[in-house]
Amino acid sequence: MFSFCADPSTLEGTAWLACYLTTGKHLAFYASFGTVLLLLAVTAPCALALGFLGAMAARSHFPPLSWLGKAYIAVVRGVPDIAFFLFFVIALDQAIEWIRHKTLCPDWTEPIRRGNDFVVCPAAKMPLSTSPQWVHEAYGFSLAVVTFSIVFGAFAANVLYGAMRSVPWAQLETAEAYGMTRRQVFWRILVPQMWIYALPGLSNLWMILIKATPLLFLLGVEDIVYWAKELGGSKTSAYAYPHPDWRLYYFLALLVFYLGFTRLSEIVFERLTIRLSHGQATLGGEALRKAAT
Amino acid sequence: MKKLIIATAALALSAGMALADTVRMGTEGAYPPYNFINDSGEVDGFERELGDELCRRAGLECTWVTNEWDSIIPNLVSGNYDTIIAGMSITPERDEVIDFTQAYLPPDPSAYMALAGADVDLEHGVIAAQTGTIQANYVAQSGATLVEFATPDETIAAVRNGEADAVLADGSYLEPIAAESNGEFVILKEVPIGGGVGMGLRESDQELRAKFDKAISEMKADGSLNALIKKWFGDDAQTWE
Repeated sequence: MFSFCADPSTLEGTAWLACYLTTGKHLAFYASFGTVLLLLAVTAPCALALGFLGAMAARSHFPPLSWLGKAYIAVVRGVPDIAFFLFFVIALDQAIEWIRHKTLCPDWTEPIRRGNDFVVCPAAKMPLSTSPQWVHEAYGFSLAVVTFSIVFGAFAANVLYGAMRSVPWAQLETAEAYGMTRRQVFWRILVPQMWIYALPGLSNLWMILIKATPLLFLLGVEDIVYWAKELGGSKTSAYAYPHPDWRLYYFLALLVFYLGFTRLSEIVFERLTIRLSHGQATLGGEALRKAAT
Repeated sequence: MKKLIIATAALALSAGMALADTVRMGTEGAYPPYNFINDSGEVDGFERELGDELCRRAGLECTWVTNEWDSIIPNLVSGNYDTIIAGMSITPERDEVIDFTQAYLPPDPSAYMALAGADVDLEHGVIAAQTGTIQANYVAQSGATLVEFATPDETIAAVRNGEADAVLADGSYLEPIAAESNGEFVILKEVPIGGGVGMGLRESDQELRAKFDKAISEMKADGSLNALIKKWFGDDAQTWE
């Protein structure tokens, strides 16, 4: 990074630290904060959308759809996260490769499963073994987004399902009495009002999602916890910057990051609650009305 | 039109050949001096240098991937990379699941390391070892209490903070740590376990295995492998005859 970093063994004090904190490995560590934030930014809307679909399906009047929605909620919520992350991702990856194998290499006669091995033709590899490393990383990252979305979508579906049933029934009846169709009642009366009931549950999920990001490493994505562990471990002179076990400092930095981030989220959720309470038949809404008069 | 089809087929075929020639080398990246991630974030160490040389001799194009030790075999058999080159000792249990090339490192005795001055009972004490290693197996059978950790570095930390009385790992991993600890750690005893370190490959990948086997034989014959071992493990390291 800096010109004086050429020979680390001659450095001392601040110069050593400045060079140490700007090694390629540390830059990768800083970049991994971006990876985690990106994961959150992509996963949260996906999980919410999936949850919304799940909740809609669960309260559908068409029984098979309702069963599907309820089964999704029950199964995914019941399976331990770690089991889901280990099993589902490998299965998903192999399913993708199997389908590509069947379509891209129809002439391939050898079996795919040979003992313990799962072998597809080179052209069906996902991603191709010739692809640059970033493609592999992007692929791993998207598998992570899909898995996180499915898991958190099930919890969100349950929260939204409950919120949909919390909107005062009288309001829906009134809307129907005014001649609205079922669909109009859903989109114009129920959905705009359900968020205030869903918010406590959704904010919980968001907090848990933030704290669940270290599961990324299970999926082969190098996240902040992986790098903190790797950088903090004691280093012998095989490395250019030998040092004793510094994991404590690295994990303290992560603690500050996570606490700061959850605090920020809390502030945003508080503001959102006030905003959504306007005109609602809840205690919060009543307090706002009284304050205004 | 026909020519075009033939040309496309030839192109597809040659593309297929090119695909088969990129070999993804899987390693742990946390076990110096065998393999580790250096300060610029790249895989480095004895096995990096050896692997690159083997690939050059076998005419293969290689890329490096890291994977945690715990799931390094499952990810090989499901095809996420093509070889394991991670200081893995050749054992009958592993050989049932994957195949090995011939050993590129002669059997390296494992060693117990403990805090200096501590009175350690290696037979009945608490011994730390990395999960899924030959050392973990050995401790479990020796009658001592085994505590397992996912990474080698954590086994050392466990001894330092008193969670374990001693750690059992490859001697060549522990020696630099003991030497640079300013007397904090001492090597207690060496035990001969393990049958040499080889590269792991899928059982269905015999062609690739033959290529690497041939390259390793070449390097053993011309002495370049011994030179590499001395460079990374010191002049006292065990070499090939």
